[in-house]
Amino acid sequence: MATPQVHHGAMFDTNELVINMGPQHPSTHGVLRVVLRLDGEKVVDADVIIGYLHRGIEKLSENRNWTQIILLTDRMDYVAAATSNVGYCETVEKLMSVEVPRRARYVRTILCELQRIASHCLWVGTHAMDIGAMTVFLYAFRERELILDLFEEFCGARLTYNSMRIGGLPLDIPPGWDRKVLEFCSVMDTKVGEYEELLTHNRIWLERTRGIGVIPGPEAVAIGLSGPALRASGVVRDIRKDEPYAAYDEMDFDIPIGTAGDTYDRYLVRMEEFRQSLRIIRQATEGIPEGPIVGKVPRLIKPPAGETYHAIESPKGELGYFIVSDGKSTNPYRFRVRPPSFCNLQALRRLVKGHLVADVVALIGSIDIVLGEVDR
Amino acid sequence: MGLNGDSGDSDAPGKQSQQTPPDAAADKPAGSTPAEPLKGEVSRTDAPGAGVSAAPATARPAAPAAAGAKPAAPAHPAAAAPPSGPPDPPPPAGTTPPAFITSLQAAIPGGVSALSYWLGDWTIIVPVARLIEVASHLRDAPDAAFDFCSDVTATDWPPRAERFDVIYCLYSTRHRHRIRVKVKAAENQPVASVTPLWPAANWLEREVFDMFGVNFTGHPDRRRILMPEDWQGYPQRKDYPLEGPGELLMENPLDWLKLRQARDEADIE
Repeated sequence: MATPQVHHGAMFDTNELVINMGPQHPSTHGVLRVVLRLDGEKVVDADVIIGYLHRGIEKLSENRNWTQIILLTDRMDYVAAATSNVGYCETVEKLMSVEVPRRARYVRTILCELQRIASHCLWVGTHAMDIGAMTVFLYAFRERELILDLFEEFCGARLTYNSMRIGGLPLDIPPGWDRKVLEFCSVMDTKVGEYEELLTHNRIWLERTRGIGVIPGPEAVAIGLSGPALRASGVVRDIRKDEPYAAYDEMDFDIPIGTAGDTYDRYLVRMEEFRQSLRIIRQATEGIPEGPIVGKVPRLIKPPAGETYHAIESPKGELGYFIVSDGKSTNPYRFRVRPPSFCNLQALRRLVKGHLVADVVALIGSIDIVLGEVDR
Repeated sequence: MGLNGDSGDSDAPGKQSQQTPPDAAADKPAGSTPAEPLKGEVSRTDAPGAGVSAAPATARPAAPAAAGAKPAAPAHPAAAAPPSGPPDPPPPAGTTPPAFITSLQAAIPGGVSALSYWLGDWTIIVPVARLIEVASHLRDAPDAAFDFCSDVTATDWPPRAERFDVIYCLYSTRHRHRIRVKVKAAENQPVASVTPLWPAANWLEREVFDMFGVNFTGHPDRRRILMPEDWQGYPQRKDYPLEGPGELLMENPLDWLKLRQARDEADIE
C-alpha cells in the first residue's frame, strides 16, 4: 500500500517577507524605523534605521557658548533632561577644574534620581502598554506628574529644564521643597508595589517577557549595552558606584542585578531601581548640607585647551561627554555626546533575531530608548 | 564674527609663509597668494559636482602654508592661527603610567607613539598602521582587559596634514579603568575598523564616517547612519558651514554656490 505523499511548502509562499515598521508606528517610541525580514512570523534579520530626528546638536554646540549648550542638552533625552544637564556641566567643570559645593552636589543627586524615577515611570507605562497592559500606563503617568510638579517648582519648567549651571545650580531650592520631595517618596513607595502587583506575577506578562531577547553578560558588554539593560545580564556595572560623581560616593544604595538577561529581567532590574532611587533621594534630602550653591566660576567661561571624557549613569545607561576646548574661544572646539540610547539600540538587531514580530515591540520597549537622544 | 575670524586666520599663515617663500604677500587674502592659486582654483572648478567640497575652498589654501611654516616655528604658532591639535600634555614628572600601559609598550614596541595624562585621564597615541595590533592587545591582555568600547569619535583639525583625530574611549568592566586611544589620520587615509574586536564600534564608526568621512576599512556595514544616504559632504568637519542650503544642496548645488559666493564677496567688502 503506497503512503500518500506530502508536499511541504507547495501551497504557501516560502519566500522571505520584508516589512517596514515605522517610522510612524506607535510602539517605536518616536521615529524609529525597523526593516524586518520575516520567515512566516519569525524575524530572520532586522535593519534599524535612525536619523529622522537628527538636529545636529553636536554641530550646533560647537557654535554656541559654553552656557548656551546646557539648554541644547535638554533636547537630547527629553524625558530625563536634568541628567543630561548634570553630565554636561560636570564635564565642563572637570575641564576647568572647578570644585562644586557640597550642597549643589546633593541637589544634583536628588534631581538625577527624581529623573531616573520619572524616566522609569514613562518606560514602564509605555512598555506595558506596548505589550497590552493599559492600566500601568495610567498609573505610572500619574506619579510622573508629581515629579514634574516638583521640577516645575524647582526650575519653572516641566520638560526641558535647563536646570543646571556650570559650577553649581542656577537657584537654591525653594523653601519647603525638600519636604515635598520626602512626601513624594512616601507616596511613590506604595505605588511601585502597585505596578509590580499588576505585572510581576501576571501570567500574560510572564509569557510575553520571559526568555525574550536573551543576551548573556559578555555579549552584552561587547555589543556596548549599558545601564539597566546591561545589569539585567548579570554584569555589575554602575557608574554611580564605579566612578562616583555628584554626591553618590556619600550615598548608600545597592545595584540590582539580573540573571537571565531577558526582557523580564530588564523589567525587574528597573523596578528595583525605583526603590533604590527612592533610598538615595531620602538620604540626600535629609542630609542636604547648608552652604553656597555655585563654585568659583569666572564670568566668562573659557576652559583651558585640552580634551576630556566624562560619563555619568543616566536612566538609560552610560551618558558620556567628550569635549575639546581650544583654550581661546568661548565655544567648545568639539562637542561629542556618547548617547546611551544610541549604543543600546544597536543591540536590537541581535535581540530580535528568531523572535516573533510581536516580540519586536516588546524588545524595543525593553531597551528603553528616546529617539531625541539616539539621533541628537 | 565670521569675518573677523576669517581675516585673522588668513593673515597668520600669510605672515608665516613669508619666512619660507620670501615673495609671498603678507596681507593678501588667502587663495590669491601666488603660491596657492592652483589648489584654490582646482577645488573651485570641480566644486559644483562635489557640492559642499566647495566650502573648504576658502579655508583650505591656508593649510599648505601653515604646514610649510610649521618646522620654522614649531614652538610658538601665531595666536590667531587655527589650532592644529589638542595639547595632549605628557604625564608630569612623578606620575607613573598604569601597569597595563607599560606592559603594552613592552609587548608592542613602537605601538605607542606618545603618552598623555590630563585631568586624571590617560591617553595613548597610536600610529594608524598599528591600531588593530594595539587594540587587540588592550582587549585580550589580562592586565588591560578593555572589553567595553564606550565611544568612538573624531575631531577635525583642518590645518594639520593628518587632519583627523579618531578617538576610542575604552573601559574595562573587570578592572574598572579607562583609557583613550587616539589615532591620527589624513583625509582619505584608511583606518582599520575595530568592529571585529568590539561589535559596539559598529554604529559608532558609522557615525564617524557619516559626520567626518573617515575612511574605515574592514567595516561590515559602512553606510551613513544619521544623515540621508544621498547626502553630500561631512557635516562635522570644521570647513562645513553651520547654516547651509539644506535640500537645495542636493537638488541644485550650482545655485547654492552662486549664493554662497555672492555672500562671501559681500562679506569681504
